[in-house]
Parts: sequence; C-alpha cells; structure tokens
Amino acid sequence: MDNAITVALAGNPNAGKTTLFNLLTGARQHVGNYPGITVEQKEGCCLHHGQGLRVVDLPGTYSLTAYSVEELVARDFLVNEKPDVVVDVIDASNLERNLYLGCQFLELGVPLVIALNMIDVAEKRGITIDAAALGKRLGVPVIPIVARTGRGVDQLLDAVLKVAAGESRPQPAFLRYGSDIDEALTDMMPFIRQCTELTAIYPERWIGVKLLENDTQIGQKAIATHPTASAKLNERCEAVVNHLQNTLGVYPEAVIADHRYGYIKSILHQGIVTRKFVADRLYASDKIDKIVTHRFLGPLIMAGILFALYTFTFSYSTLLVDWLASFFALLNHGVDTLLPDGPLKSMITSGVIDGVGGVLGFVPIIMFMFFGIAVLEDSGYLARVAFMMDRIFHFFGLHGSSVMPFIVSGGIAGGCAVPGVMATRTLRSPKERLATLLTVPFMNCGAKLPVLTLLIGTFFSDHQARYMFLATLAAWLVALCAAKFLRMTVLRGASTPFVMELPPYRFPTLRGLAIHTWERTWQYMKKAGTVILGISILLWALMTYPSLPDERVAHFEQQRQLAHTTLAPGTSENQSEKEALDKALQKIKATEAMEGLRNSFGGRIGIACEVVSRYAGIDWRTNIALIGGFAAKEVIISTLGTAYSLGDVSSEDATSLSERLAKDPGWNPVVALAVLVFIMFYAPCFVTVVCIAKEAGSWKWAAFSIVFNTVFAYSMAVAVYQIGTWLY
Amino acid sequence: MPLINLRNMAINQTGTIVAVKVSGELGRRIREMGLVPGTEITVKQRAPLNDPVALRVMGGTLTLRNNEADFIEVEIAP
Repeated sequence: MDNAITVALAGNPNAGKTTLFNLLTGARQHVGNYPGITVEQKEGCCLHHGQGLRVVDLPGTYSLTAYSVEELVARDFLVNEKPDVVVDVIDASNLERNLYLGCQFLELGVPLVIALNMIDVAEKRGITIDAAALGKRLGVPVIPIVARTGRGVDQLLDAVLKVAAGESRPQPAFLRYGSDIDEALTDMMPFIRQCTELTAIYPERWIGVKLLENDTQIGQKAIATHPTASAKLNERCEAVVNHLQNTLGVYPEAVIADHRYGYIKSILHQGIVTRKFVADRLYASDKIDKIVTHRFLGPLIMAGILFALYTFTFSYSTLLVDWLASFFALLNHGVDTLLPDGPLKSMITSGVIDGVGGVLGFVPIIMFMFFGIAVLEDSGYLARVAFMMDRIFHFFGLHGSSVMPFIVSGGIAGGCAVPGVMATRTLRSPKERLATLLTVPFMNCGAKLPVLTLLIGTFFSDHQARYMFLATLAAWLVALCAAKFLRMTVLRGASTPFVMELPPYRFPTLRGLAIHTWERTWQYMKKAGTVILGISILLWALMTYPSLPDERVAHFEQQRQLAHTTLAPGTSENQSEKEALDKALQKIKATEAMEGLRNSFGGRIGIACEVVSRYAGIDWRTNIALIGGFAAKEVIISTLGTAYSLGDVSSEDATSLSERLAKDPGWNPVVALAVLVFIMFYAPCFVTVVCIAKEAGSWKWAAFSIVFNTVFAYSMAVAVYQIGTWLY
Repeated sequence: MPLINLRNMAINQTGTIVAVKVSGELGRRIREMGLVPGTEITVKQRAPLNDPVALRVMGGTLTLRNNEADFIEVEIAP
C-alpha cells in the first residue's frame, strides 16, 4: 500500500472520533503504544473508490499545547509524519468550543477537512448549521456527518480524497492576536528565520506564537538549535509579558486564546448557526442529571450502579472462569496420565498448564469488566461518578475517576487487582493514575479472601463477620492513605486540573462496545500473557528445585515398601487394611512433599527470611507459603498445607489446615493477626505486577510496587505482633 | 452589575466571565474548555459534597473544582 493516503483523525474527546474510526476501519485496526509512553496509537485502513486509506486515530485533545502527553503526541504526529489529510471531528452541537482546536489546525497549516459530527443531535436541539457557508469562511471543506449511523461519511471521504489530491499544502491561516502580540511577532520574525532547523518543520508565525505561549517543547528546541537567536527571541517575549502584565494584568497566552475565540466568533457571527429554540433548553441529559447527580439520590444510584457492575464482572464471569478451570484441570489430568512421572511432567502441569491457565483465567473477568466499564464510559456515566466522588478522592491526592479501579480491585471484598490496574486507563491525569495504579493492590481481592477466611475462621471464629468487615475497611483506609503518602513523596506535584467535560448521555453502540472490550482483552493476553507464562515457570522451578537428594528419595521409597509389607501383606481384600495402607502412603507422600519444598530454593529463601520475619512472629513455613503467594494469593493455603505435611489442601476446604494451625504452638491470635495484616498488604501477585509494569510503562514501577508494599506490610505486621504480644 | 467569584455563584445563576486570573497549565485548561472572558455561564449543579461544580458553557457542561473556580471572576446577569 505504497500509494495509500494517510488520514489522521483528530478532535476533542467525546466528539465521536473513536466512533468514526471504528466505522471507517471496522475490525481492521491495530492498537499499539507510542514508544515510551502509555498513550495508545490506533491505526486501521479502509478503501474508498479504490483508494487505500491509512487511518490514524490521534489522541483526543482540546488544544495543541505541550502540557499533556496526548497533545504532544498529536502535535508531533502532525508535523513529523505530515499526514496527507487531517480530519477534525467536531461535535456539531458544541461548535464554538470544538472550533478552538480546529482553529489551531488552521494556524499550523495542515490539510484539513472538518467532519461536523452528531449533526442529528444538533438538529434535535433545534440548531441548524450552514456547513457550506462555514466551509467557505474557514477555507476548508466542512461535511456534516453522523458517525453512529454512517450518514455523510461517503461525502466526507470524497472530500478527503479531493484534499489529498490537491497540489500544494495549504498556507497557515493568518490570525491576528491584538496589536501587542502582532507587533512582537513581526519583531521576532527575523530571528525565527535564523532557526532554520525549526522553520524546516514548523510554520514561522506558529513558532512565534508558541514561544509567546511559553511552550516548553518549542522553547527548548530553539535553544538547542540556535542559542543566540533564541536569546533574542526570549528577550522580546519577556518584553511582551511585562508589557501585558503592566497594562492588562494578563499573560500573552490568555490574549492569544481570547483572539482565537474572537476569530471563531467572527466566523460564526451571522447566518452560520440558527437556533430554533431560544435560550437554554433543558436537554434530556440535564433532566437525567437532575436525578443522577442529585445530592442524596446521586450517591445512592451510584452505589447501586457500581455494585451492579461489580456483580456483573465477578458473578457472571464465574461460569466462564469455571469452564476454563475445568478445561485446564482436564488437560492436566490428560498430561498426568500420558507422561511418565518426572521433571518434564511436573514442569508441563505445574509450570506451563497452570501458567497458561493463570493467564486465561483472568480473561473472562477482564472482558466482563471492560465491557461494563465501556458501557459506563460510552454512556457518559463514568464522568458523573468522577464528578460526585472527586471531593473525597482529591483529598487523598487522587482523582474522582479513581473510584472505579478501587471498587474493581476489591473495594467490595472479592474483586481482583488485575482488571483493577487495567481500569486505571480511564484516568487521564498521569500522577493520579500512577498513585491509583500502585495502591489498588492493597484492596482485598478474591484470592486473598480464602486465606483471610481461613485465618479469621481459625482464630477469631466468634467475630468472623466483624473481622471480615474490618479487613475491608482497613484495606480502603490503607490504600487511600498510601496514595496520599505517594502523592506527597515520589509522586509529588500539583493535582491535575479537574476542568473536564460532562458529556451528554448517549446510548452506547454495540459495535463500539465490542471493539472496545475485545481490543483491551486482546492486549492483556498478548502483552501480559507471555511474561506471565515465563514467570509462572520460574516460580514453579523455584518451588521444585533443587530436588531432594537421592538418599532421601530412596529413604521415602523404602518407607513405602515397608508400609506395603507391614500393613498389607500380599493382595489382601480387607477394606480396613487397604484404608490403613492408603493413609500411611499419603502420610509418607505429604512428608516427602514437605521435605522437598523445604529443600527447594523457595524453601531455603523462606528459612533464610526467618531471621527477619520472626520479629513479626512469622516462621519459615509461613514464609514459604508467602513466597508461593506471589504466584497467586490463594496458593498460600496449598503451600501452607504442604509445609505442614498435610498433603493437598484446597483453598475451598481447608479444615485440616485450620485444625492443624489451631493446635500448633507457633500460632496464636496475635501471630494470626500479624500474618493477616502481612498478607493483606504485601507484594501484589506477579500477574498484577506485570500489569502494573505494562500500564505504568516501566518495570521500575513494578519493582517499586513489590518493595514498597512488602516493606509496608512488614512494618505493619511487626507492629501488630510486637504490640499484640506485649498486650496478650 | 456585581462582580463575584465563580465559587460563590448559586445554582441556576447565570453570568458572564470577566477575567480568568491564572496562567500555566490550569489557565490553559480553563481557556481551552471555553472559559474565556465574554463567555456566558450558568451553574447547573454541585456535587453531593458541594465540590466540584458543573457549569453550562456554550452548549456543553463542564466541571471544575472550587479552588479552580476561585480564579474566575463573573459578572452576574441582572
């Protein structure tokens, strides 16, 4: 496709850019990340009148400043990749504000086509727009479309082809920014022309405007390429800043913005927009908002909706999760019978199959969650949740949108941090997003629950419900305070402005939901899957090797022989003898497994850690179990079972382990509480860690999460144990 | 006509922005969302805990926190 035309889709968030992108490209899209940052790059292709089009979906922005990564990405794409056509998707019912970005495209001089989207909504609101006249005044084609239904899209693509076929790139629009700025720009021109590296890619006047706007990227580039000219430019800029400050008390960027809006007003001033209804009609959205964000009803409705999302994600996905689990159990069983005993079989069953099962086990949950969130996001409700919750979350240095990841991770006990971490994508502010990402694993996920239930059931059976409730409350408190702590230390900085749009309510399209859900689920499988499988095999090796020395293996074999000869001489049909033999053999097997575990690297680490962990009252057996818990928290139970020579203990029925712990002199309620606290807050399971690395865009944060959480959990556990022992 | 701070506006009160006295990222975010001098705004709603506030601006609804609204001066319509 060498002769394919590159079309960049740009526009404000919520203007329907993604809907148009999905309509144009359908399933033929590719999602990637811009190198080094977490902004998604979506690309697809389509065919119009035999002409191939490469469609790139730029991040939704309101402006082209250098303040956010999204805006920089969009701007850099436009100037570096020079797309053949830029389609600016504009919400027709919000024309004036959307044209602010369109105006900046004109200033940049890109080949532009304006898609006047959601023209039907505007018509319903009694707004008619003379697209042809608007196009004439702006000097670019303006095509009314409805991206949801496909109305007008053919004409839009016709216009795109026509612009692409145009001989020369259009000249940057010449806007006036008031006498002070205009004079400064004229004075600056000679020096700007000296910066030839810059003028090769950016329009001259645009560079001047950006310098006056105090744009960091352009400023730095100017200094780097031409220090002397940039010093002169800086001087002139400062003069304008001082002059404007003294006379009007404003900054140049404000004056420039005012003149852009002035230009837009002059374009729209007569005949372009006609309103049939006078004044501010109460739209359907406003009526819904009157109830949905109502002071008392709002939070109640929100609690209901969040609970519904939660139930939907975790209850309805269980069926698929169970199917997958039984499929992998079957597979395990098949391999078990086909292959001879040995390290290969052990690796395939415990490493590979459990690993793949672990990866795929999350897929239904992630799919359901993203579907649920896509419904809330596309309908516009998510913005309302952020609106209502912001006061509380802002106090802890987070953003109103953080509530969703927290709930999904286990804010209602029994969630899962993996989809929770992935749900942070709805946050647009980088610092708040990282803080959310790093603290959601503190919540009580579904895998921690059986462990908590076991310990609480064993040592605090009288107040089981109360302790479970306290555990949930403690998780929230710790997570929020940890977020505050992070925002005051490593993630210090002013909070991102909450200036945000409440988009009108819309019915989500099934197509949009399906694409949304699928692309995110697929990304998880592709990106996280491979790493998770690798770590799973690694953890398996950690718990298996080195294997027991030959003489110990021989010793257990001998014991088995002995059991056979003493308990069941010959081929006895006696039922009680058989049972006794089985029991003895099981006991030998359990002891062997315990010794094997103790001998493995994991076991040795666990024993070595006892030096430190005993201050929290935790012995080596629990240490090993906690290391196993890094694979998945519910593994703590089975590993603890092995460490206490109990054989296989399942997380669903752990009565034997419970009885054993209750009798063990090393355990008492204080130890149990310390362990409980440690399990709640220590390093997230590695699937979560991998997801944190992928979402934060760096393994540094994943490592930070492991260390920070473990150190925190350890200090809490030590405090509980020391104070508890002193009181007890 | 009285000049007041956006924070102090009542629900359903309408006014015209006179000045936005902040620069940097917040100033730019406020301006690019259409909150510039001369724009008519109406307070539509406050969040359950009174903060943030939702505004009607040029046919759309925007939200901002009270401490961000502090920078915006409004002339109240009679």
